[in-house]
Amino acid sequence: MAGGIKKFVVGCFADEKVLFPAVKNVRRAGYKIHDVYTPFPVHGLDHAMGLRETSIHTAGFIYGILGTTTALTFMSWIFTKDWPLNIGGKPHFALPAWIPITFELTVLFSAVGMVITFCYLCNLAPFIKKHHFHPRATDDLFVMAIECTDKTDDAAVQNFLQEAGATEINVQIAESGWWIGRYDKEQKLYRDEKGY
Amino acid sequence: MSLLKYESQQREPLVDGNKDYHQITEDIIGPIEMKPGRLWYIGFFISVGLLLFGVYSVYREVVYGVGQWNLNKTIGWGWDITNFVWWVGIGHAGTLISAILLLFRQGWRTGVNRAAEAMTIFAVMCAGQFPIWHMGRVWMAFFVLPYPNTRGPLWVNFSSPLLWDVFAISTYFTVSLLFWYSGLLPDFATVRDRAKTKFRKLMYGMAAFGWTGSTKHWQRHESLSLVLAGLATPLVLSVHTIVSFDFATSVIPGWHTTIFPPYFVAGAIFSGFAMVQTLLIVVRKMMNLQDYITIGHIEAMNKVIVLTGSIVGCAYLTELFIAWYGQNPYEWYAFSQNRANIFTPYGWSYWIMMFCNVVSPQLFWSRKLRRNITVTFFMSIIVNIGMWYERFVIIVTSIYRDFLPSSWSTYYSPSTWEIGFYLGTFGLFFTCFFLFAKYFPVIAVAEIKSILKTSGENYKARMTDMEKEDAEKFYLDEVEHAH
Repeated sequence: MAGGIKKFVVGCFADEKVLFPAVKNVRRAGYKIHDVYTPFPVHGLDHAMGLRETSIHTAGFIYGILGTTTALTFMSWIFTKDWPLNIGGKPHFALPAWIPITFELTVLFSAVGMVITFCYLCNLAPFIKKHHFHPRATDDLFVMAIECTDKTDDAAVQNFLQEAGATEINVQIAESGWWIGRYDKEQKLYRDEKGY
Repeated sequence: MSLLKYESQQREPLVDGNKDYHQITEDIIGPIEMKPGRLWYIGFFISVGLLLFGVYSVYREVVYGVGQWNLNKTIGWGWDITNFVWWVGIGHAGTLISAILLLFRQGWRTGVNRAAEAMTIFAVMCAGQFPIWHMGRVWMAFFVLPYPNTRGPLWVNFSSPLLWDVFAISTYFTVSLLFWYSGLLPDFATVRDRAKTKFRKLMYGMAAFGWTGSTKHWQRHESLSLVLAGLATPLVLSVHTIVSFDFATSVIPGWHTTIFPPYFVAGAIFSGFAMVQTLLIVVRKMMNLQDYITIGHIEAMNKVIVLTGSIVGCAYLTELFIAWYGQNPYEWYAFSQNRANIFTPYGWSYWIMMFCNVVSPQLFWSRKLRRNITVTFFMSIIVNIGMWYERFVIIVTSIYRDFLPSSWSTYYSPSTWEIGFYLGTFGLFFTCFFLFAKYFPVIAVAEIKSILKTSGENYKARMTDMEKEDAEKFYLDEVEHAH
């Protein structure tokens, strides 16, 4: 993740109805959307931005399997090898009686693992400082940040956003470290997706 | 071009009034930024008082032993296990609302899920107290954990339902907490970004984990919520199933039945929804949230109450029938004498249970009564009394007359410290709930915003125009936006 100071043109939209065409136009024009910050999950916005599908559920499945095997190996080792207890003459390998605990541990491993993975991927933790492009991004504004390079004419980008329907436009300089995001890898280019 | 999703006008709006996104933030976050009212202080201090009484009762139990409770050799499980099952049952509605209703795509859950999940967590905390303190030598409570030790190592019995309970309850608590907290992150961020004082900014900033609202984060958050809901759904069913195994795997008449798991789960949802009603009717009034927790929400929950209440009623009758049909003399004696015969020492409790759980919820077949707040509030308390009696009936009436008549127990009534312990858990529950109502967004702000345009009253009014639109064009619009 390349660190350092970067320049962003930030446009705020009041309604997702305006935001969707704007996202499309900005991408079509070849600008790189750093991110769009929304107060609630806007369905379809990830597709419109060309973000990849998340695979966090696959991680959850793997953690779940890990929980199942941990529970089964642990209990069978204890009850058949380490300390076999005679419980009413029943078999030491009492698989049916272990199903509840196996199930619980599967769920526990999966849930805890997924939440930790989620926090790790999104860089969420207490005392994390991040750059917030607009304080109302968590209230009622949809905030689009466009990344500028040396070649970008930011006045042109601002005009472009104005035409796209942004209500509030400004230029912000923010440190692009690991805490701002890692979208360089996540985002597919518009031309790759649409073929031009 | 409209991004207004169409929803039938037959459906009631879930958000009343002329709201926009900012107004929702104001309405829900506003109250937690103000000083709490007099009612809050009164309620909070009463709760803390009860909690302290509970702490003292438990202190006596620890210092002088379980003899402080009026249990005896025959009735070895009394109020404590009754209260445990009762609280765990209450703790089921939150996850049901947030997980199962999420999978069923029920929009109305967004108004009530946050408070219901909080209630779940606090109820499970209260439930956990009972088995822990009933151990007597509570300083050895860690013996229930399977860890390599110097006593052999002597492991726990993984084939025992009581150990399944340890795993089930602790997993349930952890998963509910994670589910609840991951949903709270975006709302804490909203509070943080509105905070005026440095201290608030710091505290809520810490709580929000640096949430920004990035689209990628939302995408992962949605996926996380969906999978957690998928995990929590079988989990919530498994937890009360396992609690019922504590009874059903034994050979005590009245307990040894295969109907227990579904019957316990239905009962848990029944009592849980009743407690959600009790709390939300107070919260919506206290914090002026009538626009978000509407009569429609209350009615929807009353429908769940009448459904689960009837399932429970069906289970009671099935149980009674099978006890007779099975022709096991002990089983039939437990049902026909210890329970259904009102003239035996505990017969009264069976009929209280029958009345509160089976007869009274039938009122809710009437739409008018379902939508009446006073009736709902009253009924929610009746249901919880009934569900407490259900556990009491199951536990005490099955064991007070042992197989040997010489072991039949004298009349069992709780001691002051037993009642004090129970009251103390009410103190714990309400202390937590009052703090929650003061410092946390009691309604999931982000989720309400996401349903505003389909289910908000002012937006629904505009759908008349959409109904005139060409369906094909509408569909194309939707597809174009989604991809």
